[in-house]
Amino acid sequence: MEITARSLWTLIHGMGFGALYLLACSGALVELYRFTSHTSGESASGKDRFLKFYLVAMAVLAWLAVLTGAFLVYPWYRAAIPPGTTTLSLFPQRLLMSSPSTMGWHSLGMEWKEHVAWFAPISITMVAFVFIKYGSDLKNHRQLRTSVLCFAVVSFVAAGIAGCLGAMINKYAPVQGGVTVHLYRSDGK
Amino acid sequence: MSTQNSSVSPVTPALTNGSGAAAILAAGIGSFTLAVLDIAGDKSTYVKSSLIFYKPTGPLSGVVIATVVVCLLTWILLELRWKKRTVALRRISTISLVLLATSLLLTFPPIVDLF
Repeated sequence: MEITARSLWTLIHGMGFGALYLLACSGALVELYRFTSHTSGESASGKDRFLKFYLVAMAVLAWLAVLTGAFLVYPWYRAAIPPGTTTLSLFPQRLLMSSPSTMGWHSLGMEWKEHVAWFAPISITMVAFVFIKYGSDLKNHRQLRTSVLCFAVVSFVAAGIAGCLGAMINKYAPVQGGVTVHLYRSDGK
Repeated sequence: MSTQNSSVSPVTPALTNGSGAAAILAAGIGSFTLAVLDIAGDKSTYVKSSLIFYKPTGPLSGVVIATVVVCLLTWILLELRWKKRTVALRRISTISLVLLATSLLLTFPPIVDLF
């Protein structure tokens, strides 16, 4: 069982950072809503601290996902074909564009994904900053709370669009190549 | 931006809303910058070549680096200006959310193709 270095980085980008961010989003939305709309006087400093850490971790995940995507995986995806190349399997963008049935995965899918994904880290960084700054006082700023929740939802939607398109694009034209990493050697049984 | 007493809760907020407003507006402006640069790069070969900051990534590198720079600078400037003030948050929130929604639409390729 083996995997190429480029496939491994694509996996880290998509499943490691992207999918983990998406999983964290639903929890963050619920906790943000609950925490900032809770009106009883009970102490919530422990929850406050946990949610601050959680949002910072989400912002880090979101930035890692877009940075590895744009500056590591995307160059392999859009690599130019050297003269004399006969197979397109190492050039995902060209492979997708070579057939009318897959062209849309690049012209619509990747063109949208490569931009929409950036709304996730921008939005969640703002959400994390506002929550760290205001904490439980956010429940006393209704308009601020509404805006923060809207940006958190947009962050989730943007990451969802990018994640779905990325998974589908990688299904039709996987990013391959580079050093082969041996994960498991079967004894043939 | 005019100032106002925008408290809507019976409890008086401990902090002014200026810092939050600065972050929200910076995120909206940053998102809109990304969408505008995407369209500009798509429609002009000069802009497209100018946006190639890192050749392997192509024009996307310039779009995202410029977006992050604009977003951070806007945020820092607004934070310095508003951090101790109570600002008209309703208007700032509306502007930011409109910018964000417009940006989402403007990155959708069939809409970009309309320009």
